[in-house]
Amino acid sequence: MTGPVISVRDLTVRFGASVAVDSATFSVGKGESFGLVGESGSGKTTVLRVLAGLIRDWTGAASVAGHDLKRQRPRSLARMAQLVFQDPYASLHPLHTVDRVLGEVAAIHRLDNPNERIEAVLLAVGLGPEFRFRFPHQLSGGQRQRVAVARALILEPTILLLDEPTSALDVSVQAEILNLLRRLRAERGLTLLLVTHNLAVVANLCERLAVMRRGRIVETMDAERLRRAEPEQAYTRQLILASRGYDRANAAEIAFETEVG
Amino acid sequence: MTDALLTIEDLHVRFDLPTRQVHAVRGVSFSMGREKLGIVGESGSGKSLTGRAIIGQVAKPGVVTATRLEFDGIDLRTLDKAARRKLTGRRIGMIMQDPKFSLNPVMTVGKQIAEAYRVHSNASAAEAKKRTLDMLAAVRIREPERVWGLYPHEVSGGMGQRIMIAMMLIPEPDLLIADEPTSALDVTVQTQVLAIIDDLVSQRGMGLIFISHDLNLVASFCDRVLVMYGGRIVETCRASELDRAQHPYTRGLLAALPRIDAPPGDLPVLRRDPAWMGEP
Ligand SMILES: Nc1ncnc2c1ncn2[C@@H]1O[C@H](COP(=O)(O)OP(=O)(O)OP(=O)(O)O)[C@@H](O)[C@H]1O
Ligand SMILES: Nc1ncnc2c1ncn2[C@@H]1O[C@H](COP(=O)(O)OP(=O)(O)OP(=O)(O)O)[C@@H](O)[C@H]1O
Ligand SMILES: [Mg+2]
Ligand SMILES: [Mg+2]
Repeated sequence: MTGPVISVRDLTVRFGASVAVDSATFSVGKGESFGLVGESGSGKTTVLRVLAGLIRDWTGAASVAGHDLKRQRPRSLARMAQLVFQDPYASLHPLHTVDRVLGEVAAIHRLDNPNERIEAVLLAVGLGPEFRFRFPHQLSGGQRQRVAVARALILEPTILLLDEPTSALDVSVQAEILNLLRRLRAERGLTLLLVTHNLAVVANLCERLAVMRRGRIVETMDAERLRRAEPEQAYTRQLILASRGYDRANAAEIAFETEVG
Repeated sequence: MTDALLTIEDLHVRFDLPTRQVHAVRGVSFSMGREKLGIVGESGSGKSLTGRAIIGQVAKPGVVTATRLEFDGIDLRTLDKAARRKLTGRRIGMIMQDPKFSLNPVMTVGKQIAEAYRVHSNASAAEAKKRTLDMLAAVRIREPERVWGLYPHEVSGGMGQRIMIAMMLIPEPDLLIADEPTSALDVTVQTQVLAIIDDLVSQRGMGLIFISHDLNLVASFCDRVLVMYGGRIVETCRASELDRAQHPYTRGLLAALPRIDAPPGDLPVLRRDPAWMGEP
């Protein structure tokens, strides 16, 4: 396949009267890692949910691995493209152990050697065998997030849609997950679409990124420009500035720009 | 410290699981005033459980013990359930790490905030609604009226966090425990929401325990930082001096941070030394 692995053109999603995504256009090439950043509530998760087939009611054009999402999704696509949810609770059944969560995924997709795969994937996300038979409420926030990543990885997808995969993680586990994703890209040519509010994570892992605000993509840029702090849009500049840490004086400035912007 | 708001001595949290015992918090002691106290440390180091132990919300079969657990002169260990619930609703608030898990899925978010407020005040329904909408606007929720009528699954991750923050700020607590309160917020909204909390500390004298894995944020936002590892506090320092922390564990965490201006490449990960577990 030569075209982009993920292609989105003029995507618009409405919930009732409100527009969550407003004519978004971007594409991600094979093996590329693309970041989606921006304001809270600007439609990032909604874009991922459309690509994962969880939202049906939208306009525009979108395709994943060459499959037009307006048509019937082949079963193979479900395995090839995996979504890791922002909220680990949404993907983990509260009454199922880690083993059962992963075991059921393996069974649905008829994976061979499920036992070995479960053990290996847990190790890959930094969870030892002692966590395998725990329930979600017996895990810390970061441990639950790692189970959610493991659940996607066990299917060995070629496309990963990640929604804030490291926001609940401490920086050391975050480093492990980022290194793991980098390794999987090198080994398997994995294509990544990564939603995050952490610009440093984007700078570390992605080649390009799009910045969203109020449903729109306000800027698409190379990560290199992000690293040099040379965005085109004022909003992106604010994001970069605020990334440097908390500064009470900044808050007033941002508030002001939000009123005028 | 003479005007301590909260004093904890030798706090332990244990779980007796069928197969083994998990000793999650192992002798935590600290004292704080009306300041911004950060708690950092790796996943599973006992940060959330320390917060939950303070508000008396460690789930069964968890067992909490301490030689001292005192809030503003009140011994939290001896309070009965009702008194404790009253205290924690009104004077101590905790923003939980998983906002959507803490919200009732079948009630609109506006109603939930307003009802939580009315439990602890004599406000009328109309007053509670007004206060709720004002607070949603204060935490930078666009279109508060629309969001009032949404169910938890209809709000974005960052909106859920801000809804929890609004809910906890309305009663104007004396102590706020915020567990990763802004991890789902973009950085500009994060700055604005933290400014509200910051002002409550500096103007109203609220005490804040700020649990976060975002070391840069903690260093720039808090006054003091506790570093936890394996259920213990391994280092305490001024937040502004976090980058000069001494403990090899803290240094390892700092090294693992990605940087916005650094080229892509593997990040150093922590190599844990078993000796860290045994240290005081
Ligand atoms: N099922 C739904 N019903 C109604 N509105 C919804 C629904 N899902 C999302 N929305 C709205 O769509 C908008 C975009 O939400 P989305 O979750 O995509 O934001 P986001 O960019 O992922 O934000 P965050 O960074 O806070 O997670 C929000 O205003 C949200 O309230
Ligand atoms: N109900 C429980 N039963 C057994 N173990 C538990 C239970 N709740 C928490 N634990 C364990 O206690 C340890 C500390 O948990 P805690 O939630 O305090 O971690 P944390 O420091 O907040 O981590 P994170 O940054 O990932 O949220 C973890 O190893 C966790 O697995
Ligand atoms: Mg989202
Ligand atoms: Mg926690």
